[in-house]
Amino acid sequence: MNKRMSLVVSSGTTDKLSSVASLVAGAAAMEVDVELLLTFWGLEAFRKGARERPPRFDAAYADDGAALVARMQARSAPHWLDTLRDARSIGSIRIYVCSASLELLGLTLADLEDVVDEVTGVATFVDRAKDADIAMFV
Amino acid sequence: MIVPIEVTYDKEIDARDGLCPGPLLELIRGIRSMSVGAIVAVLASDPGSAKDIPLWIERSGHEYLGAYDERDYTRFVVRKSH
Repeated sequence: MNKRMSLVVSSGTTDKLSSVASLVAGAAAMEVDVELLLTFWGLEAFRKGARERPPRFDAAYADDGAALVARMQARSAPHWLDTLRDARSIGSIRIYVCSASLELLGLTLADLEDVVDEVTGVATFVDRAKDADIAMFV
Repeated sequence: MIVPIEVTYDKEIDARDGLCPGPLLELIRGIRSMSVGAIVAVLASDPGSAKDIPLWIERSGHEYLGAYDERDYTRFVVRKSH
């Protein structure tokens, strides 16, 4: 049986989501099955049209963020959503959204990018995460 | 290192512009698309991939034919074993 990784994705900044996407891709490459739970700003970032929206950084890093974006563009760094799509084509990646966050943000599953699989409850997610080999909160 | 001139690559993946883990994912997709016995080469220049690619090849059970340093990138060669 494959090892498993469970990530709660609560952050919606470009650096955090890019890190998540990279970790998920690395996991997919090494046959580690992944489950993501999107909440709050992590969930909000997956609204349809994610690739077209400008990068976002924490206020404290605003200036560094601009320089980072310039280097990402110069390097043709892939968008985190594309990295996630890549990862899904290689390995087992399930992306869940927290039903409470979804409702509080005034969104439905139909408003989100197609990589999002289904709505779940937090107890269900934790029940699976307790047996994961790697569990993280981002 | 000297590139063995008798090796013919069935597929060569140029991932020199890639960032970790991009080149590795390209290698995985490339190997999956080939038949058993095929020799696949991936070109990568980032340090992360230099670690990830040999590790993946070792774990995957495919035959690692080596890493060859060229100018400003490395060529990783693998034969699909299964």
